[in-house]
Amino acid sequence: MSRNVGIASRLKRNKITEVVASGKRMDGRDLLDYREVKVETGVLEKVEGSAEAYLGKTRVLVGVKFGKGFPFEDTPDKGVLMTNAEFTPIAHATFEPGPPDERSIELARVVDRGLRSAEILDMKKLCLVKGKSVIMVHVDIYVLSYDGNLIDCSALAAIAALKTAKMPVYTVKDEVAKLTKKTKAVKLQKEPLAVSIVKIGDSLLVDPSVDEEEVMDARITVTLDEKGNVCTIQKTGSVGFTRDELKTAVQIAAEKTEELRKNI
Amino acid sequence: MSKKSKRTKKRYDGRKPDELRPLKIESGVLPHADGSAYIEMGRNKILVGVFGPREMHPKRFSKPNMATLRCRYHMAPFSVDPRRSPAPSRRDNEISMVMRYALEPAVFLERYPRSVIDVYAEILEADGGTRTACINAASVALVDAGIPVRDLVASCAAGKIDGQLVLDLGDYEDKEGDADVPLAYMPKTEQVTLLQMDGILSQEDFNGCVDMAIEGCKQVYEVQREALKKKYGLEEAEAN
Repeated sequence: MSRNVGIASRLKRNKITEVVASGKRMDGRDLLDYREVKVETGVLEKVEGSAEAYLGKTRVLVGVKFGKGFPFEDTPDKGVLMTNAEFTPIAHATFEPGPPDERSIELARVVDRGLRSAEILDMKKLCLVKGKSVIMVHVDIYVLSYDGNLIDCSALAAIAALKTAKMPVYTVKDEVAKLTKKTKAVKLQKEPLAVSIVKIGDSLLVDPSVDEEEVMDARITVTLDEKGNVCTIQKTGSVGFTRDELKTAVQIAAEKTEELRKNI
Repeated sequence: MSKKSKRTKKRYDGRKPDELRPLKIESGVLPHADGSAYIEMGRNKILVGVFGPREMHPKRFSKPNMATLRCRYHMAPFSVDPRRSPAPSRRDNEISMVMRYALEPAVFLERYPRSVIDVYAEILEADGGTRTACINAASVALVDAGIPVRDLVASCAAGKIDGQLVLDLGDYEDKEGDADVPLAYMPKTEQVTLLQMDGILSQEDFNGCVDMAIEGCKQVYEVQREALKKKYGLEEAEAN
């Protein structure tokens, strides 16, 4: 990333690095400021839960669907939670149609690990008939506009969508699960949120814009639940972090998740 | 650690909390690769081959100012129980990516513009912590290929199980434990180049895991150096 920049973006890199080193950002923010955060829930009608989150011009739509399916072989008494991310070609000029590339796989997996590690749902309660039929929860992340920091935005939208979702109620008779017309509110055990901290030069900053992501040296995403426990961490980028930088990053993330939490 | 160990429980395989699994690294094991290494970390058995720097295909993906590092993490169908499909999964894709990010900071890629360095890791048997073992072997294989690096990248995980912080988690601890923090470290530059986490940890425990994993990496580092010394020390002696 940082080391494969072409000639045009070397100018960009130098300028952004210079501004960041002085404690400011290209768009006038402070290093630890988020852009305007906006979350809307219940934006779709045909899904059980939905939410749209905005971080400045970044816009992510999350749809939550429930269904009936088979459990995994190694967890016959647990429901299935699946998170998938799709980069739509309308979101950015560099996004192309086709099979998911490593960026969208990473996005889905980091958000997924956050939800899973925090055990947001009691998966045993999603079991209908042991080994035969369980409730599947599909969390689909749809990136509608990319202006940096997709992970934080997607994690926020996913929690907002799950929190407001209404799940179907099944009745079980003779090992056969039947869908009823009733629904019930989803109860989340935890609400993990992600904060990504980006390293540019020697500075750490949050909520990177698309330009800042292009020139960043490395990124670390920290997911914390409402008690301040760390649920997931993911480091990317071709520069390392020192031990002190890691500790600072976790502290920043702990403060920022609290700030983000006010939006859901 | 001696003070702490008094009130610690033995682990399921009898190790102390801050003890690595048996670790064996051998370099230069593949005749047709430019560089290679074989690692046994616990019951993990992994072969890594490095090819390059060589011309990149397709050419349009090459970078004009530096070499591209390509990593492929691949599990053999028989490496886990039950058998898995040989097609790359989403997990494999992501691990390939974090492996690349873990190794890139070490390699002087700018010395080989327009070329590619391929790192292929084949997991023959998996026993928890395969990504850390792959990085350990890959780093040795890169040096074996004669590619200049800033330092070896050493990697191991720390985590928490039964309320106790432990080093280098095995398969069982990985699955049953509260958390798992794989980490890679370059001792000379003191930089953490891989960091992931899975599970639940307080901020204090997380910092404890990072410290513990870094100490583990320093032990792995010595084994990596020995593996290289064993091959190249001998060659030197023969030349004399």
